[in-house]
Amino acid sequence: MIPELGQFALVLALLLAIAQGVLPIVGAWRGNGALMAVARPAAAGQAVFVFAAMGILIHAFLAYDFSVAYVADNSNLALPWYYRVTAVWGAHEGSMLLWVFILNVWTVALAALSRHLPQPFVARVLGVLGLIGVGFLAFILFTSNPFLRELPMPADGGDLNPVLQDPGMTFHPPVLYMGYVGFSVAFAFSIAALLGGELEQSWVRWARPWTNVSWAFLTMGIVAGSWWAYAELGWGGWWFWDPVENASFMPWLVGVALIHAQAVTEKRGSLPAWTVLLSLFAFSLSLLGTFLVRSGVLTSVHAFASDPRRGLYILGFLVVVIGGSLLLYAIRAPKVATGKAFAALSRETGIMVANLLFTTAAAMVLLGTLFPLIGDALNLGRVSVGPPYFGFLFVLLMAPAVLLLPFGPYLRWGKAEGRQLTAMALRSGIAAIVCTVAAVFFAEGRLRAIAGVAGAAWVAAGTLAYVVKRWREMPRGRRYPAEMAGMLVAHFGVALFLIGVMLSESLSTERDVRMAPGQAESVGGYQFRFDGVRETTGPNWRADEGVVTVFRDGTPMATMHPQKRTYSRGQVQTESAIDPGLFRDIYVALGEPMDSGDVEGAWALRLYHKPFVRWIWLGGLFMMAGGFLAAAERRFRAKKAAATAGAPAKEQLA
Amino acid sequence: MRRLAMLAALCLLPLLAFAQAIQPLPFRDRAEELRFQHLSAELRCPMCQNETLADSNAPIAHDLRRQIFEMMQAGKSDAEIKAYLVDRYSSFVLYKPPVEPQTWLLWFGPLLVLAAGGIVVAVQVRRRSRQAPPVAAIDTEDDW
Amino acid sequence: MSRFVPLLGFVLLVALFGFGIWWNTGHDQHEIVSPLINKPAPAFSLPVLGDETQHVSKQQLLGKPYFLNVFGSWCIECVHEHPVLSEQVKNLGLPLVGFNYKDDPKDAAAWLTEHGNPFDRVIVDRDGRAGIDFGVYGAPETFLIDGKGVIRYKHVGPITPEVVEKEFRPALAALAKEGG
Repeated sequence: MIPELGQFALVLALLLAIAQGVLPIVGAWRGNGALMAVARPAAAGQAVFVFAAMGILIHAFLAYDFSVAYVADNSNLALPWYYRVTAVWGAHEGSMLLWVFILNVWTVALAALSRHLPQPFVARVLGVLGLIGVGFLAFILFTSNPFLRELPMPADGGDLNPVLQDPGMTFHPPVLYMGYVGFSVAFAFSIAALLGGELEQSWVRWARPWTNVSWAFLTMGIVAGSWWAYAELGWGGWWFWDPVENASFMPWLVGVALIHAQAVTEKRGSLPAWTVLLSLFAFSLSLLGTFLVRSGVLTSVHAFASDPRRGLYILGFLVVVIGGSLLLYAIRAPKVATGKAFAALSRETGIMVANLLFTTAAAMVLLGTLFPLIGDALNLGRVSVGPPYFGFLFVLLMAPAVLLLPFGPYLRWGKAEGRQLTAMALRSGIAAIVCTVAAVFFAEGRLRAIAGVAGAAWVAAGTLAYVVKRWREMPRGRRYPAEMAGMLVAHFGVALFLIGVMLSESLSTERDVRMAPGQAESVGGYQFRFDGVRETTGPNWRADEGVVTVFRDGTPMATMHPQKRTYSRGQVQTESAIDPGLFRDIYVALGEPMDSGDVEGAWALRLYHKPFVRWIWLGGLFMMAGGFLAAAERRFRAKKAAATAGAPAKEQLA
Repeated sequence: MRRLAMLAALCLLPLLAFAQAIQPLPFRDRAEELRFQHLSAELRCPMCQNETLADSNAPIAHDLRRQIFEMMQAGKSDAEIKAYLVDRYSSFVLYKPPVEPQTWLLWFGPLLVLAAGGIVVAVQVRRRSRQAPPVAAIDTEDDW
Repeated sequence: MSRFVPLLGFVLLVALFGFGIWWNTGHDQHEIVSPLINKPAPAFSLPVLGDETQHVSKQQLLGKPYFLNVFGSWCIECVHEHPVLSEQVKNLGLPLVGFNYKDDPKDAAAWLTEHGNPFDRVIVDRDGRAGIDFGVYGAPETFLIDGKGVIRYKHVGPITPEVVEKEFRPALAALAKEGG
């Protein structure tokens, strides 16, 4: 009975979403206040029913209700409760429900925090979000219903894919979706602005904090996913350029461009059409990712079970949402160049160049991801596009971005002062050279490591120099507005990320070794002694667990326990052991006994020494923190009156 | 469809004893080991199709790694080893597609986008900087 | 007009995705089209199942077209295609050579006893090396090799009656047309 209630709740949510999507937009068009007033209550109602459906699905998992096919497929009696909750979004149907759930979280937040905005504008924004909700709720109800019954009810269920039975996986999808779906807010804002025809600066100011927060969530989600792949897949890699990863990376790249473009449009009034277009792109790419992952048009390691019917539905949905919004853009985007004039050497130009680099990178990722399909379509034969392609071109496109990044804060709006730039370049250049010379001694001539240190030192020195400059020149309390602090933290994160990527990629050592109990091997200056394999059990698995003692210069550093787990449904999963450190990770994965079945004998092991690998995620976390921090800018929260008063004040300054 | 499911199952679950990505091989020296790691990371496993040969648990990946190792021992160059695999498994196994007319779009497309975008940016900047001369005096206000 | 460029790009993308959905209904993404088709089959000399001292080479099989079916006792799908192999494929009238891939000969013999042996002869590629020369990457796979020893057709995955009608028969007809 309860699962049927869940389905019923989704039907009611769909009806309310239709109301939310149609009436307020009509109201805003006709100037009918009563219709516009429908937006908030309808959004609240939709949220209540979607939250109820989510609660019911979670309950079905917790209560082992195997009469629900989705529950039976993805959980069993032995699965611990926390992974039964994770299993809710462990497969297609539930993850779509999570998508809608998060859409409603954003909608409710927006409805609650938009009281200071003009009513027609809010009505349009909530209306657009309602229409997106209609599309996804209908998709769930007609093609991917998680509440379908399976009768007779099986005594026990299948299993959640063991790869997903990891704390990282509990966390990764909801956070990633917070980012993906969050871009729907910026999308709805720009659609509302296009519909309203009032393409003034104000909508961008309102949209900025939402964009920053979604981008920060997306960053966090990608970091969590990367960490999960590193810890769980057992390959020691942290990014594979898989279509699914690319699907999340494209909106991220466009998000970077969007955050910067919004700053230009908000403060200087320039690039309004480009900002609208980027908002449309960011969310379109999020939707595109959903399509790519679920339609089965591309092969991927962790694609969902594909189904052409679902693919067609999502494609139709894409045509309506993306096609419709791009058509609206083509018709209604502002045609005259607005905003204040700027010189060739100015922050506007700098941001335009950065935008170009980031959107080109996103286009490159899209092209590489889709090229195998293009190859099929144009009969070029089957082509594989993998890490060597993406890695090469991405570095090529991002190298100028890294070079230009420290100049950003020094570039003034309108017209930059060349003297400041050269002073900064001189200081950071010296810092970079000093660090590079130091790195040459440690990196043993490995060019990538040296380039990484040079780039990171350049970015970090330039960013820190600006921190110092502000500290010296500005009075206390006005030194670091939240928006600027966010920018500085995020830019500093780039330096950390560079160190992490370049050093771990070039200095890591990996060895596959055969080890008999008592035998020792040396990797990256550490000695690994294999002390045999023992049996161990967990809530829903049993495992062969290797014992490896790690020594440095004869002193024991750590005892590591890599496992080879067999889950309750017979799936085998390698569980690597990691000894983390700020400057290096030690990573051990257990393979198979060398003579099949002889567990007492020698085993195959993979040993890694990965210097600075943690800085990759540390850098990502800095970028995320920067996003959140910038969103806290007081100016964004100012009431309508203050916000409009602020803009002319600025104009007088410039 | 069923075969697809089976492939997926095989990729995720190394049920077979010989299916294991961790494969200790008797390399002559560290340089050879690095060369092997680099080469096998540039090749795609024909079975578990989104994994490199280096990472894949599929039985065929195991065999191909062994084959690559033996060819390296026999003094074959990377290009010869790649050609050997392409002859048997088509250019599908190359994760780094060769630059040839069919892949020009792939390799030069992004640069084309960059060039086109660069022109647009340059034109915009030129037009805007001519429109009205920006204030020459640098104000010391906090214009952040 | 430049405002329509993004829309235009999107239309192209939609066309590509539409193609992708259509294409994938008819093609298995996991299938790699073999570059060996219409090329001479690789030379091999492999022991016969049950009598390891005896070898069968490519030369010995020249003169008449035959099917080469890659199978293994560990292969789940081979069980599913087995009835089709024994009936429809057998009825096509060509010799059927079993290629026992990466298997323990004892397990293979037991498997053939259990399910029945549709093969005229079975050769053993225990370590999968000959398989690599044939571009085999899993089982089951089926090759059609003509009398001159040229690979004419390859099917990846289990054979279904539909595959026999729609692919095997036309391939054979093409062979017959040449008088091969």
